[in-house]
Amino acid sequence: MTTPDPSPSESPRSVPHADLAVELCSAVALLGRFPALAGCDLEVASGEIVLLRGPNGAGKTTVLRVCAGLVPVVEGSAHVLGVDLRLDQSGVRQRVGLVGHSAGLYSDLTVVENAVFFAQASGLTRSDAMEALDRMGVATRLHSVAVHSLSAGQKKRVSFAAMLSRRPELWLLDEPHSGLDESARDDLDALLAAAAGAGATVLMASHELDRAGDVAVRTVDVVGGVTT
Amino acid sequence: MSLSTVAGARLVARKDLRIEQHSRVALAQMLPFGLLVLILFAFALDPSRDVLNRATAGLFWMTVLFTSTLAVQRAFAIEVDDGALDSIRLSGISPASVFLGKVSALVIQLLMLEAVLALGVAILYNTDFGGWAMLFAVTLLSTIGMSAAGATYGVLVSRLRHSSTLLPLLLLPLLAPVLIAATKGSEVALGQEAGQGWSWVALLAVFAISYLILGVVLYRPLLEET
Repeated sequence: MTTPDPSPSESPRSVPHADLAVELCSAVALLGRFPALAGCDLEVASGEIVLLRGPNGAGKTTVLRVCAGLVPVVEGSAHVLGVDLRLDQSGVRQRVGLVGHSAGLYSDLTVVENAVFFAQASGLTRSDAMEALDRMGVATRLHSVAVHSLSAGQKKRVSFAAMLSRRPELWLLDEPHSGLDESARDDLDALLAAAAGAGATVLMASHELDRAGDVAVRTVDVVGGVTT
Repeated sequence: MSLSTVAGARLVARKDLRIEQHSRVALAQMLPFGLLVLILFAFALDPSRDVLNRATAGLFWMTVLFTSTLAVQRAFAIEVDDGALDSIRLSGISPASVFLGKVSALVIQLLMLEAVLALGVAILYNTDFGGWAMLFAVTLLSTIGMSAAGATYGVLVSRLRHSSTLLPLLLLPLLAPVLIAATKGSEVALGQEAGQGWSWVALLAVFAISYLILGVVLYRPLLEET
């Protein structure tokens, strides 16, 4: 039995294309012992909005977490924003933004405290955080409200604001429309289009194909940990 | 832009203390728990007041140990409950900063709890405090040691299932040497036992520094998913 070559530098696809924000080639990622990604191939060009679709447990969330540098790739190659994730998994983290199923916020802190903390954690200022809250339409009256008192939709807006304040180059969004009302969904779609227009790349996973499919320029199916 | 280790640690510590300021879990739950343990010890040993007096230091540090386990659990529950740990990992805060920030916040909270618990000991166990310099050194170094070991194991178990029951199982054996040295040092400081109290202080300093170094070195792999 032969073991897979662990050295990514010897992989024939280890050199990333300059115009690709995401380039996964036969990527394998494990959750415990379970291969959540089982040889996944994915290319996303810079400035593109791509929708990942597939049934529950297909590996969409894992693709996003791999691209964020949160889940290691154990086989194959993975380049995100030019960073080889096999060599430097954490090197890409500060350049991506992830809005996932969890809010990623501190529920006992207020809206402003959360936004300011994550902005300052990224070396940015309070005004960057306030600008992001404003951009996400988080009402001023909510600024001093603890996050645990917010509705799901309001929480999602704050999560987006915390992400926006970091000015990521790659947006990784897991079910971005869930929990939002129609008006907020329209705002989000406009935000995604503006982000892509400004050069950011958006990779999102969604079951709401009508809504997300309209925004995305391309759809990729994920089934059983591989793209089809 | 990445923050310096000190700036990142300060940010994390300030955030944790702000969360405590809002939630008051230490004040409303941990402190009453600690006082309750002290009272139960007093009830259990009251018929033999002599035993209670001789065991004061040990009972105090046992109570602190139990309370610190709750504090460590709380410190990491706030990180995993709503996925904030992922946000931290995506930020520019280095793992060493997260560790040092967590330790700093835990030290401040535990020192405040210990001050009130010491008052409880003075009232319930009728203890005369003395040897203040040694007592202060023992308390500070024990608290740093407990916090550093707690922060290391706290992040290790935070994402595991059944972490709330697993943490004490892992943490208490690791803290046993700190408990012994803190008890012995406190007994000498309180005049309950003769001996070289400062040698216990030195031992506590070694534990504190070792756990701090261990945490700084181990935190990067411990924060990662495997």
